[in-house]
Amino acid sequence: METSVKDRIIAIIAQQAVRDSHEVTPDMSLNALGIDSLGLVEAIFAIEEEFDISVPFNANEAEQSGLDLSSVGAIVAAVESLIAAKSPNAALA
Amino acid sequence: MRRVVITGAGTVNALGLTVPETYAALRDGRCGIGDLDVRDVERLSIRIGAQVRGWDAEAHFNRQQIALYDRFTQFTLHAAKQAVEQSGLEFCGELSMTSGVVLGTAGGGVNTWDENYRVVYEEGKNRVHPFVVPKLMNSAAASHVSMEYNLRGPSFSVSTACASSNHAMGLAFQMVRSGAAKAMLTGGAEAMLCFGGIKAWEGLRVMSKDACRPFSADRNGMVQGEGAGVFVFEDYDHARARGAQILAEVAGFAMSSDASDIVMPSAQGAERAITGALRDAGLNPEDVGYINAHGTGTAANDKTECAAVAHAFGHHADRLMISSTKSMHGHLIGGTGAVELLACLMALNEGVIAPTIGYQEPDPECALDVVPNVARQAQVDAVLSNAFAFGGLNAVIALRKL
Repeated sequence: METSVKDRIIAIIAQQAVRDSHEVTPDMSLNALGIDSLGLVEAIFAIEEEFDISVPFNANEAEQSGLDLSSVGAIVAAVESLIAAKSPNAALA
Repeated sequence: MRRVVITGAGTVNALGLTVPETYAALRDGRCGIGDLDVRDVERLSIRIGAQVRGWDAEAHFNRQQIALYDRFTQFTLHAAKQAVEQSGLEFCGELSMTSGVVLGTAGGGVNTWDENYRVVYEEGKNRVHPFVVPKLMNSAAASHVSMEYNLRGPSFSVSTACASSNHAMGLAFQMVRSGAAKAMLTGGAEAMLCFGGIKAWEGLRVMSKDACRPFSADRNGMVQGEGAGVFVFEDYDHARARGAQILAEVAGFAMSSDASDIVMPSAQGAERAITGALRDAGLNPEDVGYINAHGTGTAANDKTECAAVAHAFGHHADRLMISSTKSMHGHLIGGTGAVELLACLMALNEGVIAPTIGYQEPDPECALDVVPNVARQAQVDAVLSNAFAFGGLNAVIALRKL
C-alpha cells in the first residue's frame, strides 16, 4: 500500500517534471525537478484526482498550509496522512 | 491631439447601486464581501465574494429585455444610464455618428453559459432558449448600450482578463484624443459569481477563504466581486462648449506586456506601463498623489506591484498614497478597473482617499503608504489606476484634476 502510494505520486510528479519515474527520488525537491508554483498546483490537482482527497493548499501561503510539500518524499508523507485522515481504517491497512 | 474629459459616471457593485452610494462606502471603509448566495454553494470550497445584493432585474428591465440581458449586461446598462444622465448628453445627429462604446469584460455572459450548460448536461435537456448566444456573447453589453443610446460610431468589447476595463477605457481615450470620436461610453462589467465561475477560480488556488487583505503580510489571496462601471469620455472642447460638469481629465494611458508568464506578474512590465502612462500624460512622478493599485491580495501581485511602483517613482514612492479598494468591492476581474476608477474620481473631486481595509500586518515587501483601514482627507491633483492582468497584459490610466 505504502509503495503503491509512493509510486503513484512519483509517476504524477515525474510527468509534471517531464522525466522518467525512475529519475525521481524521494529526496528531490520540486525546485530541483524544475516544477514551479503553477506546476505544483497542477501536480496537487492530479494527486487529488488520483486519490480522491482534498489537499488544503493555497498558493499565497504555501508555507502555512500545514503541509510540507518541499520534496517528493514530503509530498508522499503528506498525501499518506491525508488518505489516512479520510478513511481511518486505511492507516491500519 | 484633443483633450479628453470625463463628464459622467455610473456603477453598480457590491458597495452600492450608484456612484454616491459607492463613494459613501469607500469613504467609510465598508466591506462588500460576504457569504456567497449562489446555487450549489455547498459544493464550493470558496464561499465568499462581493456580490451585488438585492439586485432586482425586474425593477429595471421588462421581460423581453431580461430574456436578452445576461447579468453583466444588466449591470452595464444600469451603470451606463447613470453616466449618460449625469453627462447630460443626447446622442442625435452628428454626435450620434461620432460617438461609440468600448467596454471591458473577461467572461461576458458567464451566468448564461453556466445556466445553459446545466440545462443540457445536468438536466439532460436537448433544447436551450433561442437567445443563449446573443445573451452570452462578450460584446452583448456594448451592443445593447449602443442601441440604448443611439451610439453609431466605433463600438466593441475588449477582453484582457483583469485589465479588460483599463484597456477599454484606454482605447476610448485614444479615440477621443485622436478625433476619431467626440464621446465614448466606456468602462466594463463582470458577473461570474455563479457555480462555474467560482469553481474555475478555485482550481487555481489563489483565492482567499476569509477576506481580501491587500499588502498585509497575512494576506492569503483574492476575493471575486461583480458589477459594472461606465463613464462618458468626451472631447474637452465639446464638453466646455455645452457647459458640462467635468469630473476629471483623462491625462494619459499606457499599455505593456510582460511576455513572460501566463499567471505570474512581472515588476518590469508593470513599471513600463506606469512610466508610460506618466509620460503619455506629461506628468512628473511627484505630480501623482494617489494610485489605485491593482492590489489583488495575492502574495505575488502585491509585492510585484509595490516593487514596480517603488522603482517607477523613486523617492516619491514614499510620499504618494496607494490603496487597493478590492478589499471592499472585491476583484471584479474584467470590470475591476472601471469600478476602481471611481476611487480615483473620488480622490480628485472629494479629496478623500479610499483605504485598503483588512490591513493587519506590515509586509516589508509592500512598504508603501497603503492608506491602511481608514480613509484619508488629502488634496491630490493627479492619480493613476493600475491593472495588471494574467498573461502579463498591463494597462495604466492617468487622471488629472481640471
